[in-house]
Amino acid sequence: MGNSPFTPGLAAGRLPAKDLATNFGDLHPPLEHHEAVVAADRCYFCHDAPCMEACPTSIDIPLFIRQIATGTPEAAAKTIFDQNILGGMCARVCPTETLCEEVCVRETAEGKPVEIGRLQRYATDTLMAASLHPFTRAEPTGKTVAVVGAGPAGLACAHRLAMKGHDVVVFDARAKAGGLNEYGIASYKSVDSFAQKEVDWLLQIGGITVETGKALGDGLSLDGLKADYDAVFLGIGLSGVNSLRAEGEDTGNVADAVDFIRELRQAGDLSALKIGRNVVVIGGGMTAVDAAVQSKLLGAENVTMVYRRGQDRMSASEYEQELAASKGVRIVTHAMPKAVIGNGAVREVEFEYTKDGPNGLEPTGETFRLPADQLFRAIGQRLKGAPDGLTLDGGKIAVTGAGRTSLDGVWAGGDCASGGDDLTVTAVAEGRDAAEDIHAALSA
Amino acid sequence: MADLSTDFLGIKSPNPFWLASAPPTDKEYNVRRAFEAGWGGVVWKTLGEEGPPVVNVNGPRYGAIWGADRRLLGLNNIELITDRPLETNLEEMARVKADYPDRALIASIMVPCEEASWKAILPRVAETGADGIELNFGCPHGMSERGMGSAVGQVPEYIEMVTRWCKQYYDKPVIVKLTPNITDIRKPARAAKNGGADAVSLINTINSITAVDLDDMCPEPTIDGKGSHGGYCGPAVKPIALSMVSEIARDPETYGLPISGIGGVTTWRDAAEFMVLGAGNVQVCTAAMTYGFKVVQEMISGLSQWMDEKGYSSTSDFIGKAVPNVTDWQHLNLNYITKARIDQEACIKCGRCYAACEDTSHQAIAMKPGRVFEVKDDECVACNLCVNVCPVEDCITMEQLAPGAVDERTGKTVEADYANWTTHPNNPAATAAE
Repeated sequence: MGNSPFTPGLAAGRLPAKDLATNFGDLHPPLEHHEAVVAADRCYFCHDAPCMEACPTSIDIPLFIRQIATGTPEAAAKTIFDQNILGGMCARVCPTETLCEEVCVRETAEGKPVEIGRLQRYATDTLMAASLHPFTRAEPTGKTVAVVGAGPAGLACAHRLAMKGHDVVVFDARAKAGGLNEYGIASYKSVDSFAQKEVDWLLQIGGITVETGKALGDGLSLDGLKADYDAVFLGIGLSGVNSLRAEGEDTGNVADAVDFIRELRQAGDLSALKIGRNVVVIGGGMTAVDAAVQSKLLGAENVTMVYRRGQDRMSASEYEQELAASKGVRIVTHAMPKAVIGNGAVREVEFEYTKDGPNGLEPTGETFRLPADQLFRAIGQRLKGAPDGLTLDGGKIAVTGAGRTSLDGVWAGGDCASGGDDLTVTAVAEGRDAAEDIHAALSA
Repeated sequence: MADLSTDFLGIKSPNPFWLASAPPTDKEYNVRRAFEAGWGGVVWKTLGEEGPPVVNVNGPRYGAIWGADRRLLGLNNIELITDRPLETNLEEMARVKADYPDRALIASIMVPCEEASWKAILPRVAETGADGIELNFGCPHGMSERGMGSAVGQVPEYIEMVTRWCKQYYDKPVIVKLTPNITDIRKPARAAKNGGADAVSLINTINSITAVDLDDMCPEPTIDGKGSHGGYCGPAVKPIALSMVSEIARDPETYGLPISGIGGVTTWRDAAEFMVLGAGNVQVCTAAMTYGFKVVQEMISGLSQWMDEKGYSSTSDFIGKAVPNVTDWQHLNLNYITKARIDQEACIKCGRCYAACEDTSHQAIAMKPGRVFEVKDDECVACNLCVNVCPVEDCITMEQLAPGAVDERTGKTVEADYANWTTHPNNPAATAAE
């Protein structure tokens, strides 16, 4: 009577509860104390370290690792948080294999970098477990700042502003703060409600009020915020999802991967979540991988990720691709969706092979079909609901310097702002730097 | 295959690896296991006088320092000599020696500095059939407070006196074990020789406190809130021991006096280093205490392989071979000029050489775009610090400037002739070169 990976159509509870618990446990278990000391000892304490250079938030990595090695992980955490107040989440979600660990000299020497990400988690977990917040606020300035969006950029900005003595109100459309940390990341990267714990910990600085259920155009207006606050920071992310532009994509059981990921993250009981026997995910980025892997972990029999270009162009890192492959996800490249076939609900998806031609991607004329009970779109997000009056650049809010928009007194950062690379860690850096710029402007 | 056997003072053993007098050699059970594992000899845990044995503390006896991954680098101890009755030890020694006639068995002895005490114990030791005795003038803790151990080893006159008694009342080889807790190791060695010692063994352990508990403000190891200095040994003391061994090996007054090398021998290579500096064999303790008796197998295979590679057929072929190359600073060739060379292929670009040189040495390494590190010959004094801090073996090496080349740092042409400080014009005491 129970369902299995072979149950046709959409079904919940394809795997026993204990398998689900295992599948959605910590992807990288935390380092034990001794493991951390051994891992830390591998760091060479490089001069002008390449890892530090590669970190978008410029964390002093050799210093924090030495602080772990010498038995002061709390000091290590302070070193991390000085640069990146969301260092706990970044330790979990950063693609370290393409950032700090990629340039680690141990990678050069042995093909095995120092485990910077896991060490960062060890340090930050230690401090956060002790409920210590190592920052205090400066004397109140009497200035107020509105931050729209409680994602990584907004939270980093708010914390830095609060530390400088300003009073901050953070608005967010959703019920919980955290943004993509809470709603947009695979569950196995942030277990045990870490995103919410991190927000609570961050707010210990004081001087920050969070108001949820409020968004621009839904209770808030930029003009109103500008009038009520001394400065405004927009960290509203990319809430629009690109469409496939394939025939029939409006049919049933076709959804946005980000919605699937969000529902999964918020689900109290994973065994109540329905997943198809045959799942197709279209896209080649982290979101596609997160959706595909989690479909597999929920018990889908066949999960296929289809990307229109070659593997080398996929924005999911090599590590993420290997993770997907190791979980049994099949990755098909050089194929673009042509039609979603089904009567009321998707049954098959038709693809056409592509090749790289002189004028870009060209269809080859050869098609194939994949059976699909469920189809997830993961071909990118775009800016939606940006207030009028802001200059855009490439579909994002144009910014110069430390997040200055075309409007006086309005800053922006994170995924919604031009430049950057849509990484959590970059959003943190942008939020932090905008806060410094806002502080300078308010202090002038 | 090389012959590892050694003849030390006429005492033959199948290999030069002896276990030092210490906890591993405290009783028959351990020593039999050691011989089964392949050790060439043992120096039995130090015997005391007849009568109630000493007592040990009932808390921690050892403290340690560690390197990466808790690799034990240094160990100290506050254990005393054997705390078992003399008779028990003697009976066991006799049984073990009878069963292992091909292995060396030495009795370590520590009794008060009175002739009667030595006269009393020596015949009893002789009855066991032990191959010789070692006088424990080294232990720096506990027993030294009672006028024994290093308290004797620190007074050359006492060493000579006691050694003389032993030669008088005992007819097999007498080895004098020296303490490093003195300023000039040659003095006690000379005293031992003057007293008639057949050999010296060194080093015993070094006065030490391994750590301090910063919560309780107690030295470690801590006994009920107090700590006492212990004797330090293990890999960390090897350089000190090597130097002391070499000093005795090259001192004209003790030249040729057999030496049993002790102090941090952990691998076959360590043993070979002691031996080329003049030690006829080596004694091991901490390595066995860290890894168990089986480590001797690596020491045997390693030394054997090295001897084969170098064409040494017996240990006597290389014992003392490096002694002539130990000299005083004033005799080092000042015309030998080298420069650091960085192998760019091997370099992993960590920049440690740069940080070390720039911050603490001679600003002789340039950091160029792309993290390329290059030596500035006009600044390099060839101090070797870059070599020492580089994590990649052989990435940085010292290359000799050939005679005739110009040293860019001094602008002078490298001379082919040997020249040292004794004749250097800056030396106020320089003698004419003629």
